[in-house]
Amino acid sequence: MAKNKDVLLRIRDLRIEAQTDDEWQEIVHGVNLTLHRGEVLGLIGESGAGKSTIGLAAMGFARDGCRISGGSVEFDGMELTTSSPSALRALRGSRIAYVAQSAAASFNPAHKIIDQHVEAPVMYRIRKRAEAQEDAMQLYERLRLPNPQEIGFRYPHQVSGGQLQRAMTAMAMACRPDLIIFDEPTTALDVTTQIEVLAAIRDIVDQFDTAAIYITHDLAVVAQMADRIKVLLKGEEIEEASTEKMLEDPQEDYTRSLWAVRSFERQQKPRPDDGTKPVVSVQDIDAAYGDTKVLEDVSFDIYPGMTVAVVGESGSGKSTTARCITGLLPPAKGRILFDGTEMPPAFRQRSKDQLRQVQMIYQMADTALNPRLRIGEIIGRPARFYGGLRGVKLKNRVDELLGLIELEPSKFYSRFPPELSGGQKQRIGIARALAAEPRFIICDEVTSALDQLVAEGILKLLDRLQKELGLAYMFITHDLATVRAIADEVVVMQRGRVVEQGPKDEMFQPPHHPYTDLLLSSVPEMDPNWLTALLEERGVDNVGEAAKV
Amino acid sequence: MGDVTKLIARRLVYGALTLLVVSILIFFAVELLPGDIAQAVLGQGATKETVAALREQMGLDQPAPVRYLHWLAGAVHGDFGVSLISGDRVSAVIGPRFLNTLFLASYAAVIAVPFAITLGILVALLRNSIFDRVANVVTLTAISSPEFFLGYILILFFAVKTSAFPAIASIGSHMSFGDLLYRSFLPALTLVLVVTAHMMRMTRAAIISLLASPYIEMARLKGVSPWRVIVRHALPNAWAPIINVVALNLAYLITGVVLVEVVFVYPGIGQLLVDAVSKRDFPIVQACCLIFAATFILLNLAADVGAILTNPRLRHPK
Amino acid sequence: MSHFVLGYFAVLIAASCLAAYFGRRPVFMLLFVLTLASALAGLFGGVPALRFLTGAAAVLALAAGISYAFREFLAIVFGGEAERELKNAPLTAIFGLFVIAVYAIAAVFAPIIAPFGQAEVVSSAFAPADAHMLLGADQLGRDMFSRIIFGARNSVGIALMATLLAFFFGALGGLIAAVRGGVIDTLIGRIADVIMSVPSLIFSLLMLSIFGTSIVVIVIVVAVIYSPRVFRLTRAVAGNIVVMDYIEAARLRGEGDWYLIRREILPNATAPLVAEFGLEFCFVFLLISGLSFLGLGIQPPTADWGSMVRENATLISFGELTPLIPAAAIALLTVAVNFVVDWMLWRSSGLKE
Repeated sequence: MAKNKDVLLRIRDLRIEAQTDDEWQEIVHGVNLTLHRGEVLGLIGESGAGKSTIGLAAMGFARDGCRISGGSVEFDGMELTTSSPSALRALRGSRIAYVAQSAAASFNPAHKIIDQHVEAPVMYRIRKRAEAQEDAMQLYERLRLPNPQEIGFRYPHQVSGGQLQRAMTAMAMACRPDLIIFDEPTTALDVTTQIEVLAAIRDIVDQFDTAAIYITHDLAVVAQMADRIKVLLKGEEIEEASTEKMLEDPQEDYTRSLWAVRSFERQQKPRPDDGTKPVVSVQDIDAAYGDTKVLEDVSFDIYPGMTVAVVGESGSGKSTTARCITGLLPPAKGRILFDGTEMPPAFRQRSKDQLRQVQMIYQMADTALNPRLRIGEIIGRPARFYGGLRGVKLKNRVDELLGLIELEPSKFYSRFPPELSGGQKQRIGIARALAAEPRFIICDEVTSALDQLVAEGILKLLDRLQKELGLAYMFITHDLATVRAIADEVVVMQRGRVVEQGPKDEMFQPPHHPYTDLLLSSVPEMDPNWLTALLEERGVDNVGEAAKV
Repeated sequence: MGDVTKLIARRLVYGALTLLVVSILIFFAVELLPGDIAQAVLGQGATKETVAALREQMGLDQPAPVRYLHWLAGAVHGDFGVSLISGDRVSAVIGPRFLNTLFLASYAAVIAVPFAITLGILVALLRNSIFDRVANVVTLTAISSPEFFLGYILILFFAVKTSAFPAIASIGSHMSFGDLLYRSFLPALTLVLVVTAHMMRMTRAAIISLLASPYIEMARLKGVSPWRVIVRHALPNAWAPIINVVALNLAYLITGVVLVEVVFVYPGIGQLLVDAVSKRDFPIVQACCLIFAATFILLNLAADVGAILTNPRLRHPK
Repeated sequence: MSHFVLGYFAVLIAASCLAAYFGRRPVFMLLFVLTLASALAGLFGGVPALRFLTGAAAVLALAAGISYAFREFLAIVFGGEAERELKNAPLTAIFGLFVIAVYAIAAVFAPIIAPFGQAEVVSSAFAPADAHMLLGADQLGRDMFSRIIFGARNSVGIALMATLLAFFFGALGGLIAAVRGGVIDTLIGRIADVIMSVPSLIFSLLMLSIFGTSIVVIVIVVAVIYSPRVFRLTRAVAGNIVVMDYIEAARLRGEGDWYLIRREILPNATAPLVAEFGLEFCFVFLLISGLSFLGLGIQPPTADWGSMVRENATLISFGELTPLIPAAAIALLTVAVNFVVDWMLWRSSGLKE
């Protein structure tokens, strides 16, 4: 890729402050960045790294409650930090464009997509309205949106998420800007949809030789998109290098630790062959919300000491299956057996002991722990409720549980959840589940809200606990890396049905059900040529259709 | 459009049902009166004959549900029976006064609505500035003051100290429109002050929550000018909250009007109601309550229907 | 032009210039806009308007001074975490706290503070103020000042009782509806809808015309009218909490409804509920004052601010301020509570909007 070597954007010693309680606190501490014409720079970091803030600062923009407090942002020879608001406005949309994380929220619900698309070019008198509309349709076609002639005349809520995200990329292209800021454009999408959007973005950026800053927390994604990668941590830059070099030979410990995350992988355990009954057996379940059927003929078994991963995209019914097992949503048909005996469908009809045996760990530790209760009470309550422990016994039990999840009891016993980090909260959630002394735990996307390093720690902890306590897990996830790491058996779901199930090693070997194949091949890999290879394999034009299998 | 029609129809039916339940409530509340209504109205000193005559006149010999149906049928035609005290037809007493009240409320609304919404939007745009804070304190003070306090202050300054406007808003049908406006200026102003404060605060809150939407940030990042952001990107989505604010405050006017009419001795339905309550003239009380409640329900209904009609997601179904 | 006018504008302009010089832009903007507004006011209202503005500014300055001193006082008395909170509190909120404290003292120690009894006739009707009677006498010759002090006890006490009752029913209903959901939720919601579809003043007038105007009736009627509002808010607040995963976790554990309400929901709902209590108190207080003003609320000879305005209203036409004092007392308390509530809402929202 021959790139024009003119410098387009140069950020020097950028400092940004945010307002908390009438005080300004620095959240970006002196970041430098150089971007050449036609170049794609990946900004990568965990939440709180300041990626989006820096991305917006590249447009001379600071959100309400933030301000650029120092340094310089020079775009094509123009200093943005000291420019007048009207000069900045003239730049935005025409020469620097922005693609937001959630297209569904960032399109105005009151106007048709194409009207929003043509707003900037018509406003800047780059094109007449009719020309701009014609151009929009061509862009839609190029981005492989279905019905490019017609889709623009719909309202945002009438179009699917992945299509909207492509329409937003098209809108960013409307004035053929020199630079586009992509702010996590695929984070909210399913993997199979993500591929279409990634391909579309890369394609169009290449075609128009547009420079881009691609912000994401997903290494594998940025490896496909960027020429160079910059790693950020808590508002500081860690290191920067070309994509190949960064992937092969990271210099800093932090970067290496990010790369290392995907190394954890557990040996697959076989089913016990001594006639042990499954802990949980889901048999021919149908379920519906009102009139909408969401599950159909779902069956699978979970044996003691084993982990079954239930995989699928949003709307596949994996969480609904969990709700059926816990009794929150009594199934319309079918049975759920626990240790060979049938459980009442609704949780209110189950005995205290039946409730105790099935515990749950949630995706969002923030909402899973009552922020106004002390850790000691959160963990102690199940022990008290089921085991009847009181006083010193209860305190000892809580200390023991805190020890199990590798947290110092004296430090955490009387703290409140909001004082804890995300990973610590998730550990408390695990301790609460353990406090009931269950035999089976449902883990609902337990790692997807966490940064990768922390997530790895949680997976290792869960694995250790399984070995020590002989627990059975049902792991609900959309992330195949997690499946590879911890599962023994895999159940693949799509639109409320189980499309394939079996031991993990078999599932990762062909032949597959076509949907499993699509799901597996859609997960981005670290190899920078992965997307190119995949698209060639699928045939570029079929990207859109491949997802509709 | 099918969804919208269905939603609106459902809302209309619900409104009608509410009105029906409220009419039942208003009618049967009087039945809760301890003892005999006729006795209660006439007092302990009344002779048996007069009580019997009143019972006859009120039709108390019939069972309550039958009387309710009679009353409701009459009410639909604008006939609310006769006053227990004066013996006049209730509709004849209420009719002209209701028009006066409507006049006063619309007078206040016509000034307050555009004024408050403009100010509310302005304050939302200047949020966190010194003007926003001053406006916050001033509107909070206006909301907190009883209507009669504001009314008397206005009387003190504009009627007693400067005699610019009359303190007593005596109006009649023979007066010219200009004269009507002049004489009822102070009561209208009192209402304007209270309602403007409410409306400003609600508009401000609605606009600010709207300006925090990602699509507004997107518009700003497209280089759209601040003015255009408001007019083209915020306003089309602001109709529902603004309609809601207006309807709620017009509904609030109905309550405010009662106190203001008493302060300024304005010949409206509110003053009539207060009189009737102290004289325990139940047919008039019931009629006034029904009229106030119906207006209130209608305005809330209008707000909901307006919100449905201006919602782009509902207007353009999938 | 009088010296007063010249001095007035000189002070304003000098202050504006000083503010501009020291770079205090908000202060400058405020002062300068005030200067322009004064010029307009002077043009239309003449010297009296300017004098009025000066008076208002002096009252504001006094209030600000009291609040500032009171804030320091509170900060020293409480210390620690509360000190930091108080230091960040706006002056309006502190002013609110101050006023509430003063009212509370007046209400509790009314018999000690007031020189005369509330129903005691001590002078001739409408006697002017003198050394014994700070504010003069009312239409029956009772001491206005004493009646206002006692009014703090009666008017505020009754409003407080009604609010507490409304809160008890409304919040309980809201919590139960949120936890139980289903038919109970719909049923309570519909009842609340019906009560709320009649304007509160009208509803209370209807009820008072039937049941008479005793204090018990007023408290119950007002509580019934306002509990649906509390219900709606509690239902909404609790509704946002019940969908949390920790509630689901507690339910799946097999916990009862009462535990859910007490340990899981209430601790997370206190901030909005306390703020709502303040707001409801204002509404209830204004409604009861309005009823009293109409002669349908608290009955004589009990001293009550609403009725006092009504009884002395004729004095207004002589340019007397006396009838406005009880009305101002009502307004001041409501303003104070609203200021405090505003601060609490702003704090709990945690946003700087």
